[in-house]
Amino acid sequence: MLHTVNKSSSEKSTLVSCLRLAADDADILLIEDAVYAAMTGTQTESIIQSALARYQIYVLEPDLECRGLDKSRLISGVKAVGYDGFVELSVKNSAVHSWL
Amino acid sequence: MKFNILVNEGPYTHQASDSAYQFAKAAVNAGHEVIRVFFYHDGVYNANRLSAPSVDDRDVVNQWVRFADEYEIDLAVCVTASLKRGILSDQSALRYGKNVDNIEKKFQVAGVGYFIEGSIIADRTIVFGD
Repeated sequence: MLHTVNKSSSEKSTLVSCLRLAADDADILLIEDAVYAAMTGTQTESIIQSALARYQIYVLEPDLECRGLDKSRLISGVKAVGYDGFVELSVKNSAVHSWL
Repeated sequence: MKFNILVNEGPYTHQASDSAYQFAKAAVNAGHEVIRVFFYHDGVYNANRLSAPSVDDRDVVNQWVRFADEYEIDLAVCVTASLKRGILSDQSALRYGKNVDNIEKKFQVAGVGYFIEGSIIADRTIVFGD
């Protein structure tokens, strides 16, 4: 299953809930304000780092760019994708769950 | 592959409407089909034809209309969600004695069942909201 998270963990607990409940080998895509969690030096860095052992974590690059976030500061292991990659992930997974 | 999209947030609120639009565009560009975009909750404001953004801003309502025209995509707003938010079709305006209607004609008014039907027909349903 593909899980999308769209809020910063400073605003909502959806990222933490998603990482707690998603099945192993799920794909997780951070979009909109959730992209901050993909950066090094944030409060959620350790949560994301340990989650990378169970999940493939992606971040939507256009949402990084429009927030002025530099891809070079991504947590190692998080993959940046465009909207085409978002579409591919939704095709690859049999269902998409949006954490809102 | 067939996609059904649900938008639960109004334009210019946060980002859901823009994300949904960018996703839908990427899907059709990759050769997929977006069978329906259903607007629910505050998402019904995406159908407000009286929206008049400044010239240096994106025009979200028209973006959807142009997209739907180009790719023959079905745009639908929830009847209950739109009525209580003052998003009215010409028929509703007449029925409720309002002096103006404001649903952009490209959007049809439908019940939530229409969204459910879309998710049955489609291979994937993607939800955008706040």
